[in-house]
Amino acid sequence: MTTRATPVPMATFAETPFVRRKERTEKLARCFFGMMAAAMIIPLILIVTYVVVQGWPLLSWEFLTTNPRGGGVRGGIWSALVGTLYLVGLSLLISAPIGVLAAVYLNEYARDNWFTRVVNLAVVNLAGVPSIVHGLFGLGAFVYFANLNEGKKSIIAAALTLAVMTLPVIIASTKEALSSVPISFREACWNVGATRWQTIWRIVLPNSVSGILTGVILQVSRTAGETAPVMLTGVTTWKMLDSTGWFLYHPVKDQCMALSMHLYYIATQASGAPKALPFAIATVLIGVVVLVNAAAIVFRIYLRSRKKW
Amino acid sequence: MVTAMDKPQTTSVSMPVSPVGSQPKVEVQNLRLSYGTKEVIHGISFHIESNEILGVIGPAQSGKTSLLRCINRTIDFTASAKTTGVVKVDGEDVRHLRDVYGLRRKIGMVAPLPVGLPLSVFDNVAFAPRAAGLRDKDRLNELVERCLRQAALWDEVKDRLDSLGTKLSGGQQQRLTIARALSHEPEILCLDEFSIAIDPVTTMRIEEVLKELKEKMTIILVTNLVQQARRLAKRTMFLWNGEIVELDRTEVMFSDSPKDKRTYDYVNGIFG
Repeated sequence: MTTRATPVPMATFAETPFVRRKERTEKLARCFFGMMAAAMIIPLILIVTYVVVQGWPLLSWEFLTTNPRGGGVRGGIWSALVGTLYLVGLSLLISAPIGVLAAVYLNEYARDNWFTRVVNLAVVNLAGVPSIVHGLFGLGAFVYFANLNEGKKSIIAAALTLAVMTLPVIIASTKEALSSVPISFREACWNVGATRWQTIWRIVLPNSVSGILTGVILQVSRTAGETAPVMLTGVTTWKMLDSTGWFLYHPVKDQCMALSMHLYYIATQASGAPKALPFAIATVLIGVVVLVNAAAIVFRIYLRSRKKW
Repeated sequence: MVTAMDKPQTTSVSMPVSPVGSQPKVEVQNLRLSYGTKEVIHGISFHIESNEILGVIGPAQSGKTSLLRCINRTIDFTASAKTTGVVKVDGEDVRHLRDVYGLRRKIGMVAPLPVGLPLSVFDNVAFAPRAAGLRDKDRLNELVERCLRQAALWDEVKDRLDSLGTKLSGGQQQRLTIARALSHEPEILCLDEFSIAIDPVTTMRIEEVLKELKEKMTIILVTNLVQQARRLAKRTMFLWNGEIVELDRTEVMFSDSPKDKRTYDYVNGIFG
């Protein structure tokens, strides 16, 4: 019994030179590709540490909450910080509802006809337009043509420009989120006599809201960093904020400062600025973006923990 | 008001051949369905009497599911689908109905794979009545319990009506699907291969339920298990490549001498 079983399987899996070479290649490939992936982390770490270390000496609560003085080279960044928050908030207030509703139409109602195809084409192409072109469009459309502030730049014009810029991305990400809800759920609802709207309201939206919100929140970091479009439509290099008014900036009558523009101005135009100042501004900008993204991640984890299928 | 009252009378007058009361529940005349340029149902005609179980058998791609979708008009959701011919439910042509949602409520539909909506077990069953406007708590409670009992699921879920319908096991979800199909109190129940995802014991329990439901409603039983049609159906239709090969009393279909040789071959497992 025992004599019969032993030697044969050994020979089948013998370690030939060919097998050893294959193993070596496998290890090498794994190592090489892994290094490439790891290389991705290096620029991130370098950028963040460099910026934060350089800007650190200037960072303080006071830096955040006082207006710039002396042509921007002294004082804080209060008016720029508030301006950025204004632009981001206002533009998302405009683009998020329109984008989400448009995506609901495109994903849930639209049939495959020329209108839908044209809209989809517009979404794809609009997302590819360079931001400076958006700025030029905003200048022509909102500042001059719509004449929102007597032919002058204004916060609302800049926010509208940013909204036009983020709209296609929000539509795309919302469509993605909506189509992640299985079609079988919709069919089950239709089969019992629910309308499309009842299906969307009770089933589709509640189960795609995490994806929709993630897509919207990711646009915060993009709008916060944009310089070109807002520079042409509503952002100025110099605007003091008196902290007595409730709204700080007037959204239609005022222009505002913005962190991205302020950073550009300080780094290239202003003379006599302390070396740490641009880095401090960059740190704040990164900080705002990281904070928002972190909030999005936490929110998504929370919603995913309640995933229902 | 007046027109609504008149309608049933006019229909019965216009069809003197079938006296009132024996009007077929579902009547299909020369139905053709094509997806784009590909025709999948080639002009079929049949009718279903009230309170009968009609078995529909046939291999995959023979148009069984498409036929059901024509009857409850969910075929509308497929943009490329074109239908011609007449599908009547209670004497009304469904293709020209205004209230398509009312039509769908009249028809309970159970899909092959179980679909638990991402809602609680209770809300899964209460979904359709709520969509139809029912808000009364007591009536909803009573309705949900009755449907879950009818679907042989009540005893297993009565203590966890708040848990998610999607977290039930496959067999339980299929019974939940059946409970949902019953929740809008349909007059016609379409079961599309309902036993694919459930074990034989549960299948038998649901079959018992169907025998009881037959007293109250008309049942269209699409099935891949020819023996299931044999057990339940009064008449059986053999659909193949979008055509009716044979439609006759189930005893005849499963006898040694159905009219068509292909029927004999199919039910005896010689092809298909």
